[in-house]
Amino acid sequence: MWSSVGTSCVDVLRRVGCEVEFDDRQTCCGQPAFNTGYRDEARQVAKRFIEVFEESTADAIVSPSGSCTAMVHHFPELFSTEPQWLERARAIKARTHEFSSFLIRVLKVEDVGASWQGKLTWHDACHGLRDLNIKSEPRTLIRHVRGAEFVELENAESCCGFGGTFSVKYPEISVAILDQKIEAIERAGVQAVVSGDASCLMQIGGRLSRKKSSVRVMHLAELLNHR
Amino acid sequence: MNTETFAENAKAALNDAQLRGALRNVTTLFGKRRRAAAASLSNWEDLRSEARAIKDEVLLHLDQYLAGFVEKAESRGAKVHWARDAAEANAIICELTVERSARNVVKSKSMTTEEIHLNTALERAGMQVVETDLGEYIIQLAGETPSHIIAPAIHKTKRQIAELFTTELGMPPTDDVGELTRTARSTLRERFATADVGISGVNFGIVETGTIVIIENEGNIRLTTSLPRTHIAVMGIEKLLPRFADLDVFLKLLPRSGTGQALSTYQSFITGTKRNASDEGPDELHIIVLDNGRSRMLAHPVTRQSLACIRCGACLNACPVYQQIGGHAYGSVYPGPIGAVITPQLIGIEKTAQLPYASSLCGACREVCPVKIDIPRLLLHLRGEITAQGQGKGGAKERLAFKFWAAVMTRPWLYQRAASAGRLFQRWVPLQAWTNWRDLRPIEARSFREQWRRENGN
Repeated sequence: MWSSVGTSCVDVLRRVGCEVEFDDRQTCCGQPAFNTGYRDEARQVAKRFIEVFEESTADAIVSPSGSCTAMVHHFPELFSTEPQWLERARAIKARTHEFSSFLIRVLKVEDVGASWQGKLTWHDACHGLRDLNIKSEPRTLIRHVRGAEFVELENAESCCGFGGTFSVKYPEISVAILDQKIEAIERAGVQAVVSGDASCLMQIGGRLSRKKSSVRVMHLAELLNHR
Repeated sequence: MNTETFAENAKAALNDAQLRGALRNVTTLFGKRRRAAAASLSNWEDLRSEARAIKDEVLLHLDQYLAGFVEKAESRGAKVHWARDAAEANAIICELTVERSARNVVKSKSMTTEEIHLNTALERAGMQVVETDLGEYIIQLAGETPSHIIAPAIHKTKRQIAELFTTELGMPPTDDVGELTRTARSTLRERFATADVGISGVNFGIVETGTIVIIENEGNIRLTTSLPRTHIAVMGIEKLLPRFADLDVFLKLLPRSGTGQALSTYQSFITGTKRNASDEGPDELHIIVLDNGRSRMLAHPVTRQSLACIRCGACLNACPVYQQIGGHAYGSVYPGPIGAVITPQLIGIEKTAQLPYASSLCGACREVCPVKIDIPRLLLHLRGEITAQGQGKGGAKERLAFKFWAAVMTRPWLYQRAASAGRLFQRWVPLQAWTNWRDLRPIEARSFREQWRRENGN
C-alpha cells in the first residue's frame, strides 16, 4: 500500500550488494484470514505464496514486515495434516527473513550509509519482537544513521493496538491502547517514529495525523534509504 | 454483564475514568514487580521450561495421577468427591454442609469456587457465607464479582470501600486504610470463630503425598482451613504435581509472577486430617475434584496446554486490552487473555465468541506466562473454531469478504487488475470503524508494482 516502503527496501538491499528480484505474481501471506480464524482461506493464499516463491532460486526472501515474516514462519502450523505442503512450507520458512534481521544476522551489515537529521524513536512491532525475537537489530541499524539522534520510547515494547481486524472489530479498545503509545511518543519529543511494520505505522500515523501532531511515521527501510 | 455483551461492557469500562486510572496503576505496579522478581533469579527461563514440562507430564497421564492422588489423600484420612460439573460440585458441597447442620461458612479466595458460583448455591441452601480474603470480602459486600484473578477488588477506590463499610458494617466514615482493614479484620475474626465449615481452593495437589498446597498472603486461608470442624477443598482436575519436590519450581514461579513476591506470606500444606483426636485442626477434610469442562480441554492436543495455567494473573497485567478495560468487561470469572482462552472452553463458544477476538495478538501474555502457555496460538485456534461454526461478530458478511479476498489473493491477474489491494479491500472493511478515530494515509498514486515494472521492466 505504501510503495516507498517497498522501493526503499529494494534500494537499501541493492546498496549493500544484494541482487534483488520481485515476482509480481505474489499477493499476500494470508495473515488477515489466519488471524481472523479463516483457516481454509489462509491456507489457499499460503499455498499460492509457497508456489510463487518456490520458483525463485534466490537465497533469501526478504520482507519489510515482522508480521508478514512471522506469518510465513507460521506456515508449517497451517499444514500439519498435509505432509507434502508441510515440507514445502518448512523450506520457504527457512528462506524468509525480516528486513532488519536479514541485514544484521545474515548480511552482518550495521551501517548502510544512511543519514537523517533529527530526533527519532523506535516502536517494536509485536510480531517482530515476540515471534521473531527482533530487538537489537533495528536499534543497531538506527544508531548507525548519521545525524539521527535516537531516543528509546518508554513503552517501546507495548502493542500499538492495531492487531489486524481487531482494530475495526473493537476500535474503541484499539484506540485506547494506541493513545498510551501516542502519549509516550509526545513525551519523547521526537520528530519521527520508526518501526518495522507498515500496519503499526498506519495505526500510529493515523492517530498522530488526527491529533494534528507534527511527528511523522517512517518505516525502517525508508529511514535507511534516506541520505 | 455477561460474555455476550463484551463490546458494550468494554465501551462502558473505557468511559469509566476512575476504573482506568486504577487499572493503569495496578497493572503497571504488578508488571514492574514481576519483572524485578523474575530478574532476581538467574535461571528464570529454565524454571519456566521445567514447570511446563512437569505440567505436560501430569496432563498427559492425568488419569493415573488423579488415581494416585486420591489413593494417597484418602489413606491420610481425606474424603475425595468427584464432580463432573458445577451443579454436581455445588450439590455435593451443599449436602455436606446441610448434613453437618452447618449455618456459618467461611470461604477463602478461590477462582474455582467463583467458577461454579458456589456462594449462590450455599446461600440457597440456607448458609451464611462469608468471603475472608479482604478483596473478596469487599466485593461480596458490594455484591460484585472479582475483576482480577489475584486482586479481586482492584477496580474499587479507597473512598468506595469506606462508603461500603459504612453502609454494610456500620462503621463511622473514614478514609484511613489501616482503620478500614482493622474493621474488616475484627469482623472476620468473629466469623472464623463461629464458622462450622471452611471452604478453600487448592493451588497444588501433590500426588506423591496426597497433600494439598494453598498459597496466600493474609492468613485467612490458614484460619479457614484450620478453625472450622470441617474443611472442604475444591480442586480442578488439572492442579496436580507428581512429586513434593516439584513445588520447588512452582513456589518460585507463582508468587513472583502473581504479585512479584519472592515467596507468599503463607504456604499451607494439608495432608489428610489430624492424626489424634486431641490434635488441633478440623475433624474432616473433603476434597472436591472438579472437571466442569476441563476434560474437553484435555482431549485436544492444541487446547490441552490451557490446563497448565496456575492462575497467577501475570497475563492480565501484561495484556494491553485488559489494561484498558479491566476484568468485568469479559463477563466471566476468568478475564484477560487466559480468560478469553478458558471461558469459551468451559461454557462453549456460542455465548463467548467475542472473547477470543478481544486481543491484538501482541504476545505479551505468552512472554510473561510462567508455564509458557502459548495464549495467542490458543486464541487463534478458538477463532478457527468460531468461524468454522459460523459464530462470531463478523457474521456472514465477514465470511463472504474473506472468501472474496482469498479468491483475489490467489489470482494475481485479478489482484493486479484491481487498482490496488488496499483500494479494493477498503470497500469491504467497515471504514468508519477506522476513520472515526484515525486518519487513513492515502494510497500512493503509483504502486510499488508499477514502479518496479517501470524501473526493472518485468
